[in-house]
Amino acid sequence: MKAIVSVIGKDKSGIIAKVSTALAEKNVNIEDISQTIVQGNFTMIMMCDLGENISVAELAGVLDKTGKEAGVIIRVQHEDIFNAMHTL
Amino acid sequence: MLSKNEILETVNMVEKEHLDIRTITMGISLLPCVRESADKTATAVYDRVAKKAENIVSVADELSKTYGIPIINKRVSVTPVSLITAPSDGGEIKIAKALDKAAKELGIDFLGGYSALVQKGMTSYERRFLESIPEALSATERLCSSVNVGSSKTGINMDAVKLLGNIIKQTAEKTKDKGGLGCAKFVAFCNAVEDNPFMAGAFHGIGEGETVVNVGVSGPGVVHHAIKNMKGASIDEIAEIIKKTAFKITRAGTLIAKEAAKRLNAEFGIVDLSLAPTPVMGDSVAHILEAIGLSSVGAHGTTAALALLNDAVKKGGVMASSNVGGLSGAFIPVSEDIGMINAANNGAIDINKLEAMTAVCSVGIDMVAIPGDTPAATISGIIADEAAIGMINNKTTAVRVIPVPNKKVGDSVEFGGLLGEAPIMAVSPYSSEAFISRGGRIPAPIHSNKN
Repeated sequence: MKAIVSVIGKDKSGIIAKVSTALAEKNVNIEDISQTIVQGNFTMIMMCDLGENISVAELAGVLDKTGKEAGVIIRVQHEDIFNAMHTL
Repeated sequence: MLSKNEILETVNMVEKEHLDIRTITMGISLLPCVRESADKTATAVYDRVAKKAENIVSVADELSKTYGIPIINKRVSVTPVSLITAPSDGGEIKIAKALDKAAKELGIDFLGGYSALVQKGMTSYERRFLESIPEALSATERLCSSVNVGSSKTGINMDAVKLLGNIIKQTAEKTKDKGGLGCAKFVAFCNAVEDNPFMAGAFHGIGEGETVVNVGVSGPGVVHHAIKNMKGASIDEIAEIIKKTAFKITRAGTLIAKEAAKRLNAEFGIVDLSLAPTPVMGDSVAHILEAIGLSSVGAHGTTAALALLNDAVKKGGVMASSNVGGLSGAFIPVSEDIGMINAANNGAIDINKLEAMTAVCSVGIDMVAIPGDTPAATISGIIADEAAIGMINNKTTAVRVIPVPNKKVGDSVEFGGLLGEAPIMAVSPYSSEAFISRGGRIPAPIHSNKN
């Protein structure tokens, strides 16, 4: 199952490391990653494959905790919602 | 491949613009619950609703987490209850209480369908049912009621319209300690739709399947955000952006509706894309109209702007899903929309302008608080006017007014939560009594003769 992780918050060192470590611990494979600073805000989008190991809802719980520790907002959403809204 | 901008657009819609799934509503047929006594029917009704909808809250929470979109309300609509109370003389309240109990135990906020369809005629048991509405709404917490008094096919049942004026007054009186709150849970309809997921007017039509999931998607904040930066854009461009935004929102709703139906072992019914405001900032339909260019909702041009908004929303919705239904358009409930509340407080909008607006948008005179001493015949007059607009224009219209006991123009009333607060609006001081007391039926309009 594919999901998209988006991370938004104040830029500081170690955000990518923290998020990717949390994902690796759950055997979630990062397939694509892009990152920019928009108006001083750190914005990262990761395309992930969750395999059969973990549901999106469970991963959301894990990443919510990681986000709180890192001081950023992390969302994980099933990729179907983006496909539904942006592709015909 | 999705672009980063597309992903961020969706994320921002939820984070900053209040995109949400307003309601997942499960429609349940109660026809198999008819028994020879009210007690037995009530038990059967409770058991059926509690069983069929047992997972609605957990499934909604799961879907919300999976897709990252809040699902605000979980609701149930049932077969118009008047259809199952015929044999249980005087037992209507028992069934009302059974439904309310089921709603509380399921953890849903409203259950709709304490309803009757009397657009052409009224049987003795339907009259009895209508007379039970004030008691049912005051004895329950989460039950919603509606009555269809007219249609483009049948005309308007003026006997029912007359009766409803009194029923609304009695409901206000019976719930006067809460500002007449019971009336906020009652809608009078013309051309009621059978698959509406929104309250207070949801019921599960008799043409529907056994168990159906209908989803109401909202998003006034998203539409507002899309057009607020379009200074200098022509009206065509505004219509186009509203349409595109409505398309995206409906697609999200359709995905969730289908998935919800699958997980709840129900049929997927429809997606209702309605811009349904809430009293929080950034979730207002009035503010969309103001972003289109009106200094306040109520200014001349409001009806035109609303017509454009309503139509563009429908076009985007229809393109996005083959199963768009319910009301699908823009709602203009006064107490539930911060922009409407402000306009009413400033005197920018009155009941006459609202009536004009209802001719071009979904629904009608909605969540309007009126003086407590408003005569029943005046309320019936308001219902008759709205029903006439619906009947002639082949659209749904509705009236949800609250004659707030002991309040007059200049006062306001607070219902709390999604129902918001409302300033008391003036109604015409001239009497409709002689007109309403005639009773009878307004004949079906000429364009109903299509066969």
